[in-house]
Amino acid sequence: MALFNAALGATVARPLRGGEAARMLLWRNILVYRRAWLVFITGFLEPVFYLFSIGIGVGAMVVGFEYAGKPVDYREFVAPGMIAASAMNGSLLDATFNFFFKLKYNKLYDQMLATPLRTADIAVGEILWNQLRSGIYVTAFLLIMVAMDLVHSWWAILVVPAALLIGSAFGAVGMALTTYMSSWQDFEKVTLAMMPMFLFSATFFPITAYPEWLRWVVEVTPLYRGVVLCRELTLGVPSWGSLISVVYLLAFGAVGLVVVRRRLDSLLLT
Amino acid sequence: MISAHGLRKSFGDFEAVRGIDVTVRPGVAFGFLGPNGAGKSSTMRMICCVSPPSEGELRVFGMDPAKDGPKIKARLGVCPQEDTLDVELNVYDNLFVYGRYFGLPRAEVKGRIEELLDFVQLTDKAKAKVDDLSGGMKRRLTIARSLINRPEILVLDEPTTGLDPQARHVIWDRLFRLKQAGVTLLLTTHYMDEAEQLCDELVVMDQGRIVAHGTPLGLIQEHSTREVAELRFGVGEHEALAAKVDDLAERIEVLPDRLLLYSDDGEAVIEAVHSRGLAPVATLVRRASLEDVFLHLTGRTLVD
Repeated sequence: MALFNAALGATVARPLRGGEAARMLLWRNILVYRRAWLVFITGFLEPVFYLFSIGIGVGAMVVGFEYAGKPVDYREFVAPGMIAASAMNGSLLDATFNFFFKLKYNKLYDQMLATPLRTADIAVGEILWNQLRSGIYVTAFLLIMVAMDLVHSWWAILVVPAALLIGSAFGAVGMALTTYMSSWQDFEKVTLAMMPMFLFSATFFPITAYPEWLRWVVEVTPLYRGVVLCRELTLGVPSWGSLISVVYLLAFGAVGLVVVRRRLDSLLLT
Repeated sequence: MISAHGLRKSFGDFEAVRGIDVTVRPGVAFGFLGPNGAGKSSTMRMICCVSPPSEGELRVFGMDPAKDGPKIKARLGVCPQEDTLDVELNVYDNLFVYGRYFGLPRAEVKGRIEELLDFVQLTDKAKAKVDDLSGGMKRRLTIARSLINRPEILVLDEPTTGLDPQARHVIWDRLFRLKQAGVTLLLTTHYMDEAEQLCDELVVMDQGRIVAHGTPLGLIQEHSTREVAELRFGVGEHEALAAKVDDLAERIEVLPDRLLLYSDDGEAVIEAVHSRGLAPVATLVRRASLEDVFLHLTGRTLVD
């Protein structure tokens, strides 16, 4: 093309490898949030405020609190619950509202599919972004906990990978559900699911407070699995039970990923 | 570059493309002319590998879109009907991120962006938000974006629909330069002037089928006379008056608001009309256009 500098045409365009494609999608999201950092921060602050208000404020009135048969500082009980909640916030906000906007209004994925990117690249890239945001939230949260002297075990470092698991589970399932939504009103359902999960997944009180049948219901929610996993890690008491949570969250994320890719195919490649 | 045989696309019961055969050679500006709903966009989407054909054979660069979509797309430039610009990024980042999806190194993308912004006259808008751009600017940005991978084929779906005349001319000028530089252009349009200006070769589509194929001039010569005399009478009179003048031209078309008389000498037709004592409200003699070709082939106008 004589119109353009031949020296700049040296590299020939080509399809990206899976890992590269995901990195490009991450980079696109980072560019967006670099200019919208306030939006990024607010999702993080919510669980932090809950830690201050319930954990510390209400916690001051809680005496002789026991968890798993041992006396535990109530703040140290609530904090890991908020870690899991912030991991959920980190991924679910992007996986639902923002994903819907990109899909229906910004036509972002139509744009990407005009390039060598594939729907699988999009699904993987966006879920990785959900994970990254969860990871950043949880890392910051962990630092706050350290500063407040709420962490006494090296196991606590593992909440960061745990956050990535929670992020992928909520991200993948959130995106999968979002592909079925047709209007903004449908997102009331997301709020309706998030609020009770946040309040009742053994975040603020132990699951033993529930009658037997209700315990079963709570135990299969993904946030509960995230909460107990984080709690076992920050309290430094991991068990084989933690592995169940890990497998559960992995499965959640994997199923979500498959559904998201298929749904993107059927929505965009018509 | 592109070949299609018996290509079909259906959505449920609706058949958007009903078996078309097309061959596009390198360096040609190839147009799909037709009204809305003719199946042009569906055809473009199949060529761009974002819509699997329902039936028939399609090859782009000799490859099958179903198998080699990403490889084909690496060599295609796509300018969709609806601007799919990323409204969450500024002008520069739109180009940068898009370029990176093609596996181009950072430095190379940066160099190309500078050049492309200059080409579409948006250099001073590099830091602007997409939403702050005018319709014409957005379209130019979309064109710049579609060129970032130095495509061998540039696909443009209704490139100037919705733009004002001045903005359209800027776009045409840029596309003309690309064509001269040897880029194969594939464009859909329902504007006959656009098709005449830009296309070396075109097909006329109607209701999912190709009804004519040739050069703009060739099609006009084949399906129309050299000139057209337009006569405008009072509302509702056209149908009745047609019988009184139809022997003056080779062919006559009755439209709700005017009569079209096809003849190689339009002025002579108008004189003859007047000499019969008829007094049209307005008359016009013009060269025949693709609009007339379409009218002749389908009995309908392009833009309703």
